[in-house]
Amino acid sequence: MKKFLNTYDEDCIACHACEISCARIYFKVDDLERSRIRIEEREKSAHIVACNQCETCVQVCPTLALTVNAQGVVLVNNRLCVGCYMCIAACPNESMFRYLGGIIPIKCIACGLCLDSCPTEAIRIEEKQEN
Amino acid sequence: MTERKVLAEFPYELKPVEKGYNRRTLYINLSTKAIESRPVTDLMIDKFVGGKGFDLYLMWHSVKDTTRWNDPENEICIAFGPLCGNTNYPGSGKSIVTTISPLTDIPIDCNVGGHFGPYAKFSGWDAIEIQGKSEEEIIVFIDGDKGIVQILSAPDEEINSHILAERLIAEFADNPNGYQYVSVVSSGKAAEYVPISCLNFSFWDKRRKVARLKQAGRGGTGMVFRDKKIKALVVKYSGLKGDTNHPVDLETLQKTGIKLHKEIEEGDDKQNRMRQVGTAHLVEIMNDYDLLPIKNFKYGQMEEAKGLASWEFKKLFTQGLPDGCWFGCSLSCCKAVDNFIPRTGPYKGQKVTVDGPEYETVGGCGSNLCIWNARDVVELNFYCDTYGIDTISFGTSCAFAMECYEYGILNKERTGGLDLSWGNADSVFELIHQMGRGEGFGVIVGQGVHKMKEIFAREYGADPKLLQDIGMEAKGLEYSQYMSKESLAQQGGYTLALKGPQHDEAWLIFMDMVNNQIPTFEDKAEALHYFPMFRTWFGLQGLCKLPWNDIEPANNAETDEPAKVPEHVQNYIDIYTAITGRPLDKEELIRQSERVYNFQKVFCMRMGKGRRIDDIPPYRAVGPVTEEEYLSRQERYDKLLKEKQGIDPEGKSTQEKMALLRAYREDQYQQLVDAVYKRKGWTKEGIPTIEHLKSLGMDLPEVVEVVKRFL
Repeated sequence: MKKFLNTYDEDCIACHACEISCARIYFKVDDLERSRIRIEEREKSAHIVACNQCETCVQVCPTLALTVNAQGVVLVNNRLCVGCYMCIAACPNESMFRYLGGIIPIKCIACGLCLDSCPTEAIRIEEKQEN
Repeated sequence: MTERKVLAEFPYELKPVEKGYNRRTLYINLSTKAIESRPVTDLMIDKFVGGKGFDLYLMWHSVKDTTRWNDPENEICIAFGPLCGNTNYPGSGKSIVTTISPLTDIPIDCNVGGHFGPYAKFSGWDAIEIQGKSEEEIIVFIDGDKGIVQILSAPDEEINSHILAERLIAEFADNPNGYQYVSVVSSGKAAEYVPISCLNFSFWDKRRKVARLKQAGRGGTGMVFRDKKIKALVVKYSGLKGDTNHPVDLETLQKTGIKLHKEIEEGDDKQNRMRQVGTAHLVEIMNDYDLLPIKNFKYGQMEEAKGLASWEFKKLFTQGLPDGCWFGCSLSCCKAVDNFIPRTGPYKGQKVTVDGPEYETVGGCGSNLCIWNARDVVELNFYCDTYGIDTISFGTSCAFAMECYEYGILNKERTGGLDLSWGNADSVFELIHQMGRGEGFGVIVGQGVHKMKEIFAREYGADPKLLQDIGMEAKGLEYSQYMSKESLAQQGGYTLALKGPQHDEAWLIFMDMVNNQIPTFEDKAEALHYFPMFRTWFGLQGLCKLPWNDIEPANNAETDEPAKVPEHVQNYIDIYTAITGRPLDKEELIRQSERVYNFQKVFCMRMGKGRRIDDIPPYRAVGPVTEEEYLSRQERYDKLLKEKQGIDPEGKSTQEKMALLRAYREDQYQQLVDAVYKRKGWTKEGIPTIEHLKSLGMDLPEVVEVVKRFL
């Protein structure tokens, strides 16, 4: 089974609390660009962008810096990453991110620490069959 | 583990690259065992930029007018360019190799991938300059982690690259996890015997767990390397990050890179399928357009060529791997055949990984010899690489020998029993193994077309005029694998190329022949100015040409000048400024190249070539040499006689029509040369004028002194 952050756009009210929570946890800043989850405000609804652990990026990484842990979560090995961003372009749901001044790409690792910040339960840690 | 003596050692201070430059070059003299750090001056950066520009500048000041390839003062220079080694923009890991060529006697330049260039650059050097000759076999080791350069003894028995590269990676890496931080430059056994030789630049393939090999192919660099008794250059550097090139504007660099990555992700499967089959996608296209060289460039199309179509190679290439020869190249064109088992030679029956074949190798080692079996081409590719042989010169040289065999100039007595009939792959394998052993008729073929012409006329009484017409070389270098007969502009693209007939200065066949976008002499001359200058720029920066136009933006056809791919030109301007902090526009980009291009031209003159007479193609590159060639495309040629020359072909013999066509085409070519020289700011004899050099800011005293000898 594979652990991942499932997203429910229809419940999202675009309050961005999850982004703030994520950026604070991992970067100790309020900069939404540092969040591993992103909320896109669209005309009719919000769209939550977070990695679904599909592993497409793992296939394109030239340095094998992207690996899958025992829970099926894709992790970036900072020591091996050379910042080429081929993973960003290859990601089918555009959930691998860069941020200003950064070199290593960031992505959701299904830690679930943002869940409590969401007032509508639009994000949930779930499990699914392997790809 | 091989016992090595330290013959010389040079510790140096490790410093970060700043804005793409180290501002120092590494000088090594193998005769005296001197190792020095030399400064990069403002003049070098302002006038020569980097990469090939630095190579040529360093070589100019080290060789004499009389220097030949095997003189101790000849150098092998390897330079990297300010953009080299960035991991953000696809195709940014190229090294440029120059030396005085054993085939042409003038500077040759090769643009090659692999990890050596970026690692050597990040070890602290903008260029490496190797002069002198060692008395014993040596390895040069650059430890970019510790800041030490060593000349080490090399008692290694192995020479051939696919084994030597892996052994040296294992020896010099700290542990198996560190294999990716080591890269090796090596050649092969054949480079000790034949000048059509090359260098292999390795990169460790972490998924396949093998050393992959990219080639500095043209002009005999391998023979100079082995003549200096260099077994290998080894570099180790483990500090690579996404900003090691220390750009001034990382943000722009990253965004421009991601933009191209996405374009490739969305467009490549619909466009050239580089990620699936590499440049081999060209085979069926060239065959469809009568441009695939067959039987020593006699014909451009044959039904049998489907045996070498890209779908045949796709079956052999392992799919779905990130096959970039430098990190961050999402175009991923360097395909490989895994677990290949050769059926001939010293590695018969052993499993090997073969890089490629790329298009040029398919043309040279396949269609041009009428070898239609894809696996045979893979095997020739493997042996060329590991023996250190250039697949292009090998193919064109074998094709010439086979045509001479067809005409009876050669026979089994003269070839040592080899039947060189078209398509006889077994004989071609024997030729390549003879080159690897340094024996037999293979060594004659390995001298290249220019020397074979002399030998066959002198030893076998062959007609020198026929040999000149069918010998596909100019300046001593073999043609690469496109038919130029029906494209006047490409005849110029090949034959006016400074180093010899290689397609990396200009590829104009579609613009000229298919799309008729450059109909007049002036149009062709403009294209033969712009494209060689634009393409020269890749070699100054340490870039690959392929991500420029082997992937195009979806709306490229709607732009004013689609052949230039304007959006990608702007990308290059953006990443140049993002890395170096220096302003650039598309005009200055061309002028950066023009300075170095004219310098190289004068360098060729200084070494005894670079004259108008050196820019003459063999007639096979221009039109039909034999009756069979004329008759095979009779309708086309008769029509041309009528429409272009106003001559009624009715009632004329084939010989008469051939003579009329030849006179016309040779005259057209000379008119083209006039137009191109004029556009380039050169005299009718092909000499850059002092005024033109002044206008470029290249009226350096040493350059003017050489030019004055010719004016």
